[in-house]
Amino acid sequence: MRARVFVTLKPSVFDPQGKTVTDALHTLGFAAVRDVRQGKYFELDLDTRSVDDARRLAAEAADKLLSNPVIESYRIEIVDEVIA
Amino acid sequence: MTIAPDVLERHGLKADEYQRIVDALKREPTLTELGIFSVMWSEHCSYKSSRVHLRTLPTTGPRVLQGPGENAGAVDIGDGLAAVFKIESHNHPSFIEPYQGAATGVGGIIRDIFTMGARPIALLNSLRFGPLDDPLVRRTFAGVVAGIAGYGNSIGIPTVGGEVGFDESYTGNPLVNVFCLGIANAVDIIKGVASGAGNAVYYVGAKTGRDGIHGATMASAEFDEKSAEKRPAVQVGDPFMEKLLLEACLEVMKTDALIGIQDMGAAGLTCSTSEMGSRGGAGVEIDVSLVPQRESGMTPYEIMLSESQERMLMVVKCGREAEVEQVFEKWDLHAVRVGEVTTDGKLRVKNRGEVVAEIPNGALTDEAPVYRRPMAEPVYIKEVQQLSLASLGTPAAPAEIFRRLLASPTIASKRWVYRQYDHMVRTNTLVMPGMGAGVVRVKGTNRALAMSVDCNSRFVYLDPFAGAQLAVAEAARNVACAGGVPIGATNCLNFGNPERPEIMWQFAKAVEGMGAACRALDIPITGGNVSLYNETDGRAVLPTPVLGVVGLIDEADKVVRRAFQGAGDVVIMLGETREELGGSEYLKVMHGLIRGVPPVLDLAREAALHRVLIDGASTGVIRSAQDCSEGGFAATLAECCIGTGLGVDVEMPGAACATPGLGDIATLFSESASRVVVSVAAGREADLLALAARQGVPARRIGIVGGARIRVSIDRRRVLDEPLSEAEHTWTTAIERFFESARAIA
Amino acid sequence: MKFAVVVFPGSNCDHDAHYAATHVLGQQAEYVWHKDTSLGNADVVILPGGFAHGDYLRTGAIARFSPVMAEVRRFADAGGPVLGICNGFQVLLEAGLLPGAMLRNRSVRFQCEHVLIKTEQTDTPFTLACRPGQVLRIPIAHGEGNYYAEPDVVARLEKNRQVVFRYTNAEGVQTEGANPNGSVGNIAGLCNERRNVVGLMPHPERACELALGSSDGLVLFDSVVRAVTQGAFAAAR
Repeated sequence: MRARVFVTLKPSVFDPQGKTVTDALHTLGFAAVRDVRQGKYFELDLDTRSVDDARRLAAEAADKLLSNPVIESYRIEIVDEVIA
Repeated sequence: MTIAPDVLERHGLKADEYQRIVDALKREPTLTELGIFSVMWSEHCSYKSSRVHLRTLPTTGPRVLQGPGENAGAVDIGDGLAAVFKIESHNHPSFIEPYQGAATGVGGIIRDIFTMGARPIALLNSLRFGPLDDPLVRRTFAGVVAGIAGYGNSIGIPTVGGEVGFDESYTGNPLVNVFCLGIANAVDIIKGVASGAGNAVYYVGAKTGRDGIHGATMASAEFDEKSAEKRPAVQVGDPFMEKLLLEACLEVMKTDALIGIQDMGAAGLTCSTSEMGSRGGAGVEIDVSLVPQRESGMTPYEIMLSESQERMLMVVKCGREAEVEQVFEKWDLHAVRVGEVTTDGKLRVKNRGEVVAEIPNGALTDEAPVYRRPMAEPVYIKEVQQLSLASLGTPAAPAEIFRRLLASPTIASKRWVYRQYDHMVRTNTLVMPGMGAGVVRVKGTNRALAMSVDCNSRFVYLDPFAGAQLAVAEAARNVACAGGVPIGATNCLNFGNPERPEIMWQFAKAVEGMGAACRALDIPITGGNVSLYNETDGRAVLPTPVLGVVGLIDEADKVVRRAFQGAGDVVIMLGETREELGGSEYLKVMHGLIRGVPPVLDLAREAALHRVLIDGASTGVIRSAQDCSEGGFAATLAECCIGTGLGVDVEMPGAACATPGLGDIATLFSESASRVVVSVAAGREADLLALAARQGVPARRIGIVGGARIRVSIDRRRVLDEPLSEAEHTWTTAIERFFESARAIA
Repeated sequence: MKFAVVVFPGSNCDHDAHYAATHVLGQQAEYVWHKDTSLGNADVVILPGGFAHGDYLRTGAIARFSPVMAEVRRFADAGGPVLGICNGFQVLLEAGLLPGAMLRNRSVRFQCEHVLIKTEQTDTPFTLACRPGQVLRIPIAHGEGNYYAEPDVVARLEKNRQVVFRYTNAEGVQTEGANPNGSVGNIAGLCNERRNVVGLMPHPERACELALGSSDGLVLFDSVVRAVTQGAFAAAR
């Protein structure tokens, strides 16, 4: 079972990397890009067949380590490869 | 099995080289063996085009503990300590992937130092790029600087100085040369040698993946349109892994359990096994199935050629294996036994017990091809050495030239660059980067080491012999300005395609000039690096032989700084200014030309100058010393003032000038060699003038430090009168300005 | 008295802190490996600068789980003086021993240069020898020194006088130009509510000798020596 964890900066936090990317895109002609927020993406390869277990494990990992609650929030997607 | 021609070509091997392989093995090679030969016989690993010339360099001296031939050179610095240092290039990868190319270059040179048992304490770098108004160049420049910073800062070794130059010829071929220096106990220097039949061969560090396969052959080839496809050949550096490796290796070395150790750089396992065996007069047998692997299904070919970073190969004394493994475990590293030392002088590669390659070590190392490539003086030389200053028209006013030179990226402040480098970690840095030699103290002693990397490639282009001599002189002079006695040098020779006779001629002449200068200045070369094939679509870089000189300062608190120290100090000019605008920054910036002949260098005069600087430093007479290089006297004077809040007022005698109307230009902007602007406390000028006179070095009081302006008179005519604040602003912001509007993602 | 300098895999400035404590201050100092579970009778704990775990994931995010951190927490809870310098400050933040978090510098580049910081509180073990408002010239060297905390947290820090150091100009005035990395409120260093744990981004251990460019950092070390010998901030054992 794979869990995908998307970690992003909270909206209120200034993102200097996102701003740099936005400026660079504008320089390359992407005038329609209003803003960019940069985050992190983790793929967890989990030893379980239960979607609920996977979700719970991923959330625990995110809470404990993958995300810093002061400045970041996260969401989880489970990819059930057995069914796929 | 006969190898097909296109396979040979992909391996960078010529038909006659292939025949030599068959002769050495007395049979056709397996594909794995072909791969092994191709990397060991590549230019980058074998130095086949350069060895005959490098052999002529002076490499011995009373302080030399280790000359060329090992992972790095070493010189005795007293107190039972040695300075271990070398410079290396990572040019081709830095064009393909600037950040990682530069980062892994830093990683590689650091490993070369600590593999000798020395703790690295300082880094320098010498960089070349195309003109900054090109967005692709800016991206490369920003990426390279960020890569050097990213790796060096993370591993905690300060980057204390260096140089950056710009010229059109580097646009598609940036140069990234990285120098590293470490300190070791002289008796504890450990070599890359395998000996003692049955001793275990251990592998430690990152797992082996498919990165960098044929990196060595890529470094030995020019770029063309298809270069973009070579992207997978660049490795990704892991400075954290290297930090762990560094600490663990230094700890293991203290136990004296190792016979030899070598890092895996270009050509990875292939190079380290064959070189260690060769040096020890022994054979090395390894089983690739025991090598820790990051990817599945790797073939022996891939494992032997992989250039995955941060890996070391060790030979452990019999019975000490568990001890060694334990030290690495503490650092969460796994040292794995992968083979053993044999007596048959061969590199034997097995896969699960089955032999897949068996090659006499000598064939890969000492008996690799050595070429005497044809040389021919280039057609361009005689033509480009012609310079008619009169034909350039009326020169601009000195003030305008002054401002334009200060704004030229080659001369302007490099603060945008070094601000990204941690230059203070390890609390040894005595002189902040910015100008001239980097200086670090040697803890546990009263000494300090000054180091500088230099090359004016325009001079080398105009006259390779003279230009290379000037590079040696400049690097040694920078070190002497800080008060250091030059005790050793390393060189990084960056040239174009050696199969072109004109390039080979440049190379040979440069090596000749370098050798002559090192002999005259008594500076042995302890090792270095050659990077050839720096050209794109047949256009070569300016020949760039970079010299890295290390100097010893007996008393660290006697270090001399570059900038003026106090109002009222007396300014003294050491050396003579002549009409020598050939190859100057003036000519390039104001007229877009690289023409003429380089300045004349009198090596005896240069040596005498160094003695004056060193004595003046140790006696405390000299309060500041800045050598004259690009931009000439005027630029140097500005650099002495900038950042101090102190202006200056000087009067210079006019340089004799054959071209009417150019006398002032010649005096202000000529790049005559062997000149230094020094300052002494009021009342001490007689001491310095006497010291200079004893050494036969021309010396002249020219003015006083103070005020808020940079004022220069020539033969009592005021020719320059600029506000210091403006000069400082121009110089400080020149490079930053290129990055304000167009933000390149590093 | 004894300093404990904690060493994580990837710490770089441990040598520098150790050298300052021993060679400059003449005190005893010991390295404590991150897997150790004892601080060895130390009177002061320093979490030094560097790149613990390569700064991978987030700076300090992995180091905070090292076995030694349980001891550091115990020591701090008992009132012992703890100084987190640069990466060490980041570890304290991730460990929750100090509030807030670090972001990338506003410039998105690593910056190594001298800055000026004003000492706003002199009732911590590391500042009791400072003059109130004393401006110190100390080097920074970081890529992620942009301090962030939610507005209510910042308000609380200011109200409780927990901002110990602030980036200012030479006159001690908080200006935009004096802020090298974008930190909220120009905050360069702060302490916990109990005032025994201090974290700061600048490197005082690099400013203990004039030969290196500034000796302004010495006062932080002098302070804690005084604090310990006077028994003002001793960890209850």
